[in-house]
Amino acid sequence: MSEPLVIPAPDDAPDRQQPPISPAAEPFWDATRSCSLVIQWCRSCERAIHFPREACPSCLGTDLEFRPAAGTGTVYALSEMPSPGNAGMKGRAPYVVALVDLPEGVRMLSSIVSADGPVGAADVAIGDPVRVAWEPLPDGRHLPVFVRA
Amino acid sequence: MVDRSMRGAAAIVGVADAVSPTGELDGTVRALEVQVIREALDDAGLTIADVDGLFTCTTPGWAASLELAEYLGIAPRWTDSTQTGGSSFEIHVQHAAAAISLGLCDVAVVVYAATPRSSFKKGAGGYTSRQSLPGPTPSAEWEQPYAMRMPMGAYALAASRHMHQFGTTAEQLAQIAVDTRTWATMNPRARLQDPITIDDVLASPVQASPLHKLDCCLVTDGAGAVVLTSTERARTLRKPPALVLGTGTCHTHAMISEMPDLTTTGAAVSGPLAFAQAGLTPADIDVAQIYDSFTITVLLLLEDLGFCAKGEGGAYVADGVLAPGGALPANTSGGGLAYTHPGMFGIFLLVEAVRQLRGECGPRQVAGAEVALAHGSGGVLSAMSTTILGTEATA
Repeated sequence: MSEPLVIPAPDDAPDRQQPPISPAAEPFWDATRSCSLVIQWCRSCERAIHFPREACPSCLGTDLEFRPAAGTGTVYALSEMPSPGNAGMKGRAPYVVALVDLPEGVRMLSSIVSADGPVGAADVAIGDPVRVAWEPLPDGRHLPVFVRA
Repeated sequence: MVDRSMRGAAAIVGVADAVSPTGELDGTVRALEVQVIREALDDAGLTIADVDGLFTCTTPGWAASLELAEYLGIAPRWTDSTQTGGSSFEIHVQHAAAAISLGLCDVAVVVYAATPRSSFKKGAGGYTSRQSLPGPTPSAEWEQPYAMRMPMGAYALAASRHMHQFGTTAEQLAQIAVDTRTWATMNPRARLQDPITIDDVLASPVQASPLHKLDCCLVTDGAGAVVLTSTERARTLRKPPALVLGTGTCHTHAMISEMPDLTTTGAAVSGPLAFAQAGLTPADIDVAQIYDSFTITVLLLLEDLGFCAKGEGGAYVADGVLAPGGALPANTSGGGLAYTHPGMFGIFLLVEAVRQLRGECGPRQVAGAEVALAHGSGGVLSAMSTTILGTEATA
């Protein structure tokens, strides 16, 4: 696997709205400190789960574990925001929010970004392959975002 | 196996709503709730003393139906604070019809009021609070860091997917806004009454691509109430009853990132349930009130309810089928796009459906309307509930 791609926010950007850490998701967020994407799995159903839960949404079982994800995905749906959805993205509009399907079988809401600057809806299409990248958060975690593969 | 024992057992016998072309109403939410309850009861020829079932889902406190019943000075024997967003009121009608058909209550009031527009202007925030358990919400953890504009961003994702998968166009979505506005030109109480064109929609600012401002519902103050009782008792009351012929509900997710398929909603379940209970098909619907939070909402729901095949919604709406004179007159009040939208439009769908069945709609009346559909959508395409109503002739 290649080196993690870290894409800091622009220098003058405010902090993104910080994701709280729910108890079930502590391993997910801990892994982001080293830019690693992990996904929760139910060992009984042998299926991936996202968002992380304290019980499997298929069997309600609790035999759960986190496994490394491939770090790749496919754009399922996308929308360009002409203005910020909250203060955490002030000054960074327009930007693209997308649903990304991971090969593990789960879907995540995320941002489509680029190391080369802002990304608009004209720069990415549904069906495009993407790979995970990381935006540093103030507390040492990283927020998973995606770039075109 | 469809249980049809509920078919026509209960009826909507009183309706009222409070809206203004200015988008703003005077008075507190509680005052507006009391006003529309009083008016809906009077519409039916009933009084607050008759009410033994209460349905409401918003409150500044922690228990919506308790606090409103206390305010009204009633002690209901059926209580329901089900909150699914904009579809809450179709679900309330379903629950009320079930309770009435079992004799668990006799006269049910469903009520809603909100003043986000005037509250925002007064600096008091927009929508009323929603009481919740402690702890982070999944939305705060998994969606809000990405700063999607809400709720339009969620619907924009669905629109992008439908366009990609089925070739649906922005012009086709715009046609829904144009036709809805045409209805609003005939409603002197509508917030927006000037006709618009497809070009107007496409020229309006993008809110979240591919949705434009005129693809999006209003933010206004508003209030509405409906009163239900048994069809037997309804026949003794002031106005012709609107029989509850069929109901169906299905919710599939709370966050848009958890929606299983962004091109198919729970209406694909709730619609067939309601039609089966009613013993009717989409071809029997004379007038439809289909939640228009956004144009894409209507398109998805038309497909899921069976008015056209999945993926064919764009072509179905393109020639004005929803407009006055069209094959499926829809959102005849002007809808959430042009009539009013105080956050949850579902109550107004019911009020307009009943008025159409009674022939009370003046210039926008659909001639000979005997069967009406009101379909509520709540959350972000999350919670779907279908109500099919009919005149006495459909009993």
